[in-house]
This record gives sequence, C-alpha cells and structure tokens, in this order.
Amino acid sequence: MKEGLYRNLQRKIIIWTLLVSLAPLLILGATLYYQFENTCRGKTKEQISYRAQAQAEALDLFLKERTAILNAMADTHSFEHMIEEKNLARIFDVMNARAGAFVDLGIIDSQGNHRAYIGPYDLRGRNYLDQAWFDEVMIKGYYKSDVYMGFRQQPHFIIAVRRHENQQAWILRATIDPNRLEEIVRSAQIGRTGDAYLVNREGIYQTRPRFGGDVLGKANLDTDQFGGRVTVIEIEDPDGEERLYAGSWLNDNKWLLVINQQPLELLSRLFALRQIEIFIISLGVVGIVITTILTTRLAINRLRKNDQELVELNAQLVQSDKLAALGKMAAGVAHEINNPLAVILQKTGWMEDLLEEEDFSQSENAEEFRESIAKIEEHVERARKVVHNMLGYARKMEPRLEDVDVNDTINQTVTLLENHARINNIDIQVDLEESIPIIASDQAQLQQVFLNLLTNAIDAIGSSGSIDVVSRRVDDRIVVNISDDGPGLSEEALRKIFDPFYTTKGAGKGTGLGLWVSHSIIEKMGGRINVKNNSDKGATFTVGIPIVIPEKK
Amino acid sequence: MDYFSILVVDDETDFLETLVKRLQKRNIDTVGVTSGEKAIETMAHKRFDVVILDIKMPGGMDGIETLREIKRHHPLTEVLLLTGHGSVETSIEGMKMGAFDYLLKPIKLEDLMVKLGEAFEKKDAHEQKIRKARIKELIRFPGRVFQQDKEE
Repeated sequence: MKEGLYRNLQRKIIIWTLLVSLAPLLILGATLYYQFENTCRGKTKEQISYRAQAQAEALDLFLKERTAILNAMADTHSFEHMIEEKNLARIFDVMNARAGAFVDLGIIDSQGNHRAYIGPYDLRGRNYLDQAWFDEVMIKGYYKSDVYMGFRQQPHFIIAVRRHENQQAWILRATIDPNRLEEIVRSAQIGRTGDAYLVNREGIYQTRPRFGGDVLGKANLDTDQFGGRVTVIEIEDPDGEERLYAGSWLNDNKWLLVINQQPLELLSRLFALRQIEIFIISLGVVGIVITTILTTRLAINRLRKNDQELVELNAQLVQSDKLAALGKMAAGVAHEINNPLAVILQKTGWMEDLLEEEDFSQSENAEEFRESIAKIEEHVERARKVVHNMLGYARKMEPRLEDVDVNDTINQTVTLLENHARINNIDIQVDLEESIPIIASDQAQLQQVFLNLLTNAIDAIGSSGSIDVVSRRVDDRIVVNISDDGPGLSEEALRKIFDPFYTTKGAGKGTGLGLWVSHSIIEKMGGRINVKNNSDKGATFTVGIPIVIPEKK
Repeated sequence: MDYFSILVVDDETDFLETLVKRLQKRNIDTVGVTSGEKAIETMAHKRFDVVILDIKMPGGMDGIETLREIKRHHPLTEVLLLTGHGSVETSIEGMKMGAFDYLLKPIKLEDLMVKLGEAFEKKDAHEQKIRKARIKELIRFPGRVFQQDKEE
C-alpha cells in the first residue's frame, strides 16, 4: 500500500522531470534541424538555378558564335563564288578553324536545290522546297532546327541563314556537331545523381540525358512548367525520390536547358551534421534519463528511510507517553493503597500487642489468632512490595550524579549473577570497549537496569545457552547490547515488554515491573532502551546511555 | 527513653489512634492530633522530642507548611515525615527544611522505633553540644546573662 505510494511518487517525479528537461532539448534540436535544412535547400536551389542560367548563357553564346560566322561568310561571299566547291571547301575550313563544330556546309538556291556541299555525306541535288524549315528561313532569314535524324541517320541540327543577292535569295546552311553542344550541357551536371540535357518545347531530348532516355526520345517533363528565364521546381520521381529541376530557356525560346539533381545528395553534409546532432541529443537524453532515474530513486529511498525512522520514533514516543501516564497513575494508586495498608498493619500490630497481655495468652485460640495476624502481615507485606516496586523508580526520580564506570558496573553485575548462571549452565561472555569514558550517572540505578536485563536473559534461556554483553562507544552514547540465545520474543511481547505488569513468566514468578522500571530509569537519564529479535536466535536488548562528562571537582 | 515524648500528626484517625495506643503501650509519652493547626497548638503547651508528620493531609495546613511552622518555633525538635505517596520532591523538600528522615507507609512499628531512636539520639547530641557551648561561653564571659534560654 505504502510502497505503491512511493512508486507512484517516483513515477510522477521522473515523468515531470523528463518532460521539463527533455522538451526544450528536443524542440531546440528539431528547430535547429528544420531551420538548417531549409537554409540548405534554399542554397541548393540557388546554386542549381545559377548553374542553369550560366550554362544556358554558354549555350546561347555557342549558338550565337556559329550563327555569326555563318552570317559573316554569307555576307562576304557571293553565290557564284560559293557554289564553286573548291571555294566552299576553303570557307568551310576557315569556319571550322575559327569556330569549330561545323560538320558540313551547303548552298541552297531559291528553288530549294542543294547546289554545293562540303561534308561527309553527298547531299547534292536534293531539293528542300517542300520542307517547312526552307519556308521559314526564306521568310525570316535565320533558322535553327531541332535535332533530327534526317537523311544521314545521325542526330544533328542545322543552322541556316538567307542571303539576298541581285534579286535572288540563297541559303547558307551548316550542320552542327551536337556532341559539342552535349559537352557544354554535360558540364552543368554534377554528382552521382545530377543530370543535364536540352529539350525542345515538346519535351523531346536534344542531347542525350544521363539517365533513362536518348536523343529524340520523349522526356517525362512538361516544359510548360518552366517559364521566364530560370525556373526551379521540385518533382517527385516515379520511384518516390525527390528531384530538383532547374530549367532555363535559351534565347530563341525553343530549347530548354534542364539540370536536375537529387537535393539529398547536395544535402549530404547536412545529413552528417544531422547525425551528429541526433547523436548528441540522444546522448543528452540518455544522460538526463539516467540521472533523473538515479537521483529520483536516491531521493525516494532517502524519503522512505526517513519515513520509516519517523514511524519508529513515533512508536517510541507513544510508548514513552504511555509509560509516563502509567507512572503517574501508579503513584496515585500507590497512595490510595498504602494508606489502608498502613491502617491494617497498625491494627494487626495492635492486636499482637494485645495478645501479649496475659488473659489473652491463656485463651485457647491465642495461637490461631497469632497465626492469622502473621498471615495478614505477610500479605500486607506482599502488597506493599508490589507498590514499592511500582514506585521503585519514582521514589528516586532524580538520579544521583556520580562518576560511573559503565564497564565496571557491568562487570559487577555479571559477578553478582555468575553463580546463578553457572547453575543453569549459561555462559556469560563480556566484550567491553576499554576506551569508554567515565560518565556522570547513577551507578545504583544503572546496575539495577543491567541486573534486570541479565536476569531476564537468564530466565529467557532457562538452561544451557550463552549471553553476550557488549559495550561500545557510538558517537555521543555508550551502547550496551545484551543478547541471549533463548527463544526470542513474540510479536506481542515485543510490543508490550516495557509495559508494567506485563510478564511471560509463570504466576508469582515475576511482577512484570523489572523492564518497566529499567525503561523508566534509562529514559530519565536521557537514554534509550529497546529490544529486537536476533536474526537467528534469541533477542537483544540495547541500552543507549548519553555520555555526560562529570564536572571536575 | 524516660523523657521521650512524641507527637503524631495524621488525618487518618484509624491509623493515628492505633499508632498512639501502641506507642503509649510501650511507655512512650505520645499525643496524637489530626491536623497541622492542632499540632502547632498542642506544641505551644507541651514540649516534644520528635514529631511524626504525615506529608499529605487534605484541607488546612499540609505537611510541609506544618513542618515549616514547627521548625520555626521549635528548631530542636526532630521531625519524621510519613508518606503514603511516592512523591520524592516533597520528601526531599522536607529534608531540606530540616526534617530528620522520611518513611514510606505502611510502616512496621519496629522500623519506626529504630528511626525514633536515631532521631532522639541526634536531638540529644545536638542538645549536649549546645549545652557544652553554653558552658564554654559562661567560662569565657562570666558576667553575661543568657537570653536564649527562653526556648528551654
């Protein structure tokens, strides 16, 4: 019942202490973590966005350069000059030397006929009149194609510019090596999971992506999501992983440079940091939990011990109160009994006196009278003794203070009882600490106490056994233990042993006052006397006497 | 104990009467009274060697007050205290005030007689001492008239 209360209290203290101490730690940890992650995420987005923009600018520059050199060639050479393949070859060489990445170069007249060609494929004689790009370049003066396979079954794209010359329009058209384009695109790709590619408005790959696709394949990407110059969006992959996409339209708004990346990879340092944080917090949590549990347990144990001591102290107080009240009552009763006893004794005395007179002594029954009177006197004496015993300590309430050697007193008492003990085959072992100081006390009373306790021990054993008498100095007290190996005491006896008239001895054998008087004597001296059963056998009486140093005379 | 005279003071008449009778039977000049007031009154007319005084008497003067009065007027008279009570404080107080001793009721006459003998001896010795001192004084100051003689 009481144990449950302590457990409950312990649980409450632990729970509240943990709540109060762990909550701020965990909240701080979580806040730090999310704050940090947000910052990192922002930083990552910024980086990827910046990279997309820079790379798109590089691509624009690449295309602009190619277009510019094409325009320059068309502007500075005449149609007649160009269709001479010898001249065209020279121009082609110059272009590749200055800018590079040109695969072939061709001249197409206003009817769509391929009039001259320098390059690995023989395209001369082909007609482009019905092709859409031909119309476009004729109208707009510039054309850049998407990547396509065309006649050569190789991914490529072309740039074409138109020139007006003598009312005639002609077209200078070059194929660009998409590998060069891809190289530039690729350089934007980082990490294990990073990817970079170009798509057109329809989402067709213009360069080969690193993962899951090929040129002219369809990208699983809605290009309409990307507007303005650079857009960063987060998309979840089919396999559930989050990816960060940065898209930047090139200048002509036809091609979109896409860089994507698993943000987690970039956040790996953050994760390492998070591991450290979790580790430190866990360490803190474990530390707090262990400390809380240990300290709480310690406190509760201390509390439990204190409570126990308090209970014992209370029991002792109750016992003292009870005995004090009984003492008062005994004094009152003694007075009421002693007065009638005094009268009886005087009356019988008077009767004896009268019996001495002659005429009575002649009487036949004189002897009978005398006997009866003697009996009455004997029993008055018996009653008187009980009352005197009861008042034994009360008559001498103030202990006389003299120099007392407790060890000496014990030795004397043991000597007194040695014969009695030997007859009963009881061995009294004495173990006295020599350094016990002389104290100011009442030797006669102290001896009375030891005598009572030793007699009690002998009576408890009956015959055959041993008694240990040990004196020790403990702090400011002299502690004397008297233990026997008798049968020990019952629960009831332990409770009542110091009560007056409580005795376990047979009728007429003990008055039940010895221990009561001993208790009173020791209490008057400011000491304490108590009893407990030994763990194995018998009982031990413990007398604690305060050390009062005698005044120097 | 030819000139031995005793006053017994006790409110318990049964006890008082019997004790007086028994002492008288032993040829001791004994008077019994039942209160402190009566004791003081009686002592004004008669001289007693020893007073046996019960400490606890209800109503009127109690034993201690009576003792004080007796010792004031008759410092040479020895007082034996009787108590039916374990009250040490009162007994010790009585001893401090000059009582010879105290006895716990019930008492056996034999014990009482022993104490009475002791008390008488003490008184006698005391008186002897005073007498000797007086004689010495007389030798040293022959012309001096004794004033303290009133008591005797």
